[in-house]
Amino acid sequence: MVRAYAARYRRRSPGEPRAVGVLYVLPALLLYTLFLLIPLGQTVWLSLLHWDGLSAASWAGLDNYRDLFTDPSLRAPFGHAVALLFFYAALPVAIGLLLTAALSRFRVRGMTFFRTVLFLPQVLAMVVVGVAWRSILAPDGLLNDLLRGVGLGSFARSWLGDYTWALPAVGVIGTWVGTGLCLVLFLAGVQRIPRELYEAARMDGAGAVREFFTVTLPGLRGEVAVALTLTIVAGLRNFDLIYITTSGGPGNATSVPAFEVYRRAFEINSVGSAAAMGVGLTVLIFVLTVAVSRLVEGRKS
Amino acid sequence: MTTRTERLFTYGILGLFTIISLTPVVGVLFSAFGDRSSLDTGFSLPDGLNWGNFSEAWTRGHFGTYMTNSVLVAVAVVSVTTVLAVLAAYALGVMRFPGSNLLFYLFILGLTLPQEAVLVPLYFDLRYWELTDTYWGLILPQTAQSLAFGVFWMRTYFRSTPRAVVEAARIDGASSWTVLWRILVPMGRPAISTMVVIVFMWTWNEFLMALVMVSDEAHRTVPLGLAFFQGQHSSDTALLAAASVLIALPVVVVYLALQRRFIEGMLTGSTKE
Repeated sequence: MVRAYAARYRRRSPGEPRAVGVLYVLPALLLYTLFLLIPLGQTVWLSLLHWDGLSAASWAGLDNYRDLFTDPSLRAPFGHAVALLFFYAALPVAIGLLLTAALSRFRVRGMTFFRTVLFLPQVLAMVVVGVAWRSILAPDGLLNDLLRGVGLGSFARSWLGDYTWALPAVGVIGTWVGTGLCLVLFLAGVQRIPRELYEAARMDGAGAVREFFTVTLPGLRGEVAVALTLTIVAGLRNFDLIYITTSGGPGNATSVPAFEVYRRAFEINSVGSAAAMGVGLTVLIFVLTVAVSRLVEGRKS
Repeated sequence: MTTRTERLFTYGILGLFTIISLTPVVGVLFSAFGDRSSLDTGFSLPDGLNWGNFSEAWTRGHFGTYMTNSVLVAVAVVSVTTVLAVLAAYALGVMRFPGSNLLFYLFILGLTLPQEAVLVPLYFDLRYWELTDTYWGLILPQTAQSLAFGVFWMRTYFRSTPRAVVEAARIDGASSWTVLWRILVPMGRPAISTMVVIVFMWTWNEFLMALVMVSDEAHRTVPLGLAFFQGQHSSDTALLAAASVLIALPVVVVYLALQRRFIEGMLTGSTKE
């Protein structure tokens, strides 16, 4: 059958191998289908069931999805995730842009060193990042020592155990991780902006601020989109950090969908609901990714 | 004109962010080499280099075993991903056949897909095939995930190769297989090594998949080991820090050695498509 298929395409264009392409893709496709595409379909199927992982499942229809909107304990994680995106995506991009603006004014010596250091958090295992920050944010950790040292001891607290402060504390860790990525992206982008644009702006008497808004920011539109997409996806996928630092606590103050899927499926045996949450998270990621690219393209026209 | 103050200001900002970037890392290093009896979790300079914490973590924390597991899984995932991604991306980048675009989009889908979208049924499937608590249970799903990036990355490379080279080889009678392995793969060594480094980093650092697929200690990878270690010895800051250093070290060494190619590769990849 393959030979007949091959013959058909050989006749159509003598120069190029065609049908043989399928054979090259096949091994990767097989593995990809078995361990990614099929489970993806199964997740959708499981989300339509009530199942505890052991006994027989029963049909749930859209019940699990309705619960995502009505049950506060299921809705809260999505709220936390959206709040965390401020720390995981918006802040790193903003800080990255600010730093880039400062760095694009002239040639900085030792750029390779700064780039290497600022990008470092990206390559560390999130588990290690979590352990390191846990000790910084601990009641007798570095942050509280610093606060006491400058006379702000009254602000010292157990950051990760505090109902109000646990979420921002986990967020700051995300900002720490994401900023380097944004900065490295933007610095590379800035080098592609034609020098003449900066010279022209300076001849028009533009200061650092004007220069940033008229030249740097428009020139970095593509990079901002890439940075936002990467940080949003990473922020919503974030499981390791929550598991290591707070396990969703105190209460459910820092529980996010990625963590809640794990907890529901493997700790409280609510498999159908976990699957629905997984689908919800996936949809959220796709919607936000598309929105970012639309936003960037929309401004272009 | 850039003034002196402006320069000072710029280096000041850079210095500040360098300190912020390095503080947690240096903190971990300090406590890893610090005195075990000190209960201070804060930032204190160690009195000397106490290598004892590392041997303690290696033996009492079983990090020797975890390292072996991690190396085995990472080597398997990286090699299988590399071969399969090169093959698939070659076809998707250089040849045209019905459905090639659809196949490419299927692979791209995996780039933004969160693990949570596949994890739950994957666990029940692998348990049914009796693959949980085996190396296969770690290798196969992670290879599938890495393929999304691998195929995307290598396809970008194959599309950038000059067609004339391929055509000249074909006129000389080279088969598509020979063209790939004799010409395009040797030419694409930079692209391939970038992919290898990134997939290695992801596999080495992977936590959630390992947490779900492995429950026995014999198959634990290092990130999983650290999480359990933290659960049991959460007050033993020095040992936790030493274990963290052991985990981060291989990736950081590779990163420092190949930093330029690594970041350069990432940036050209994001601008080309």
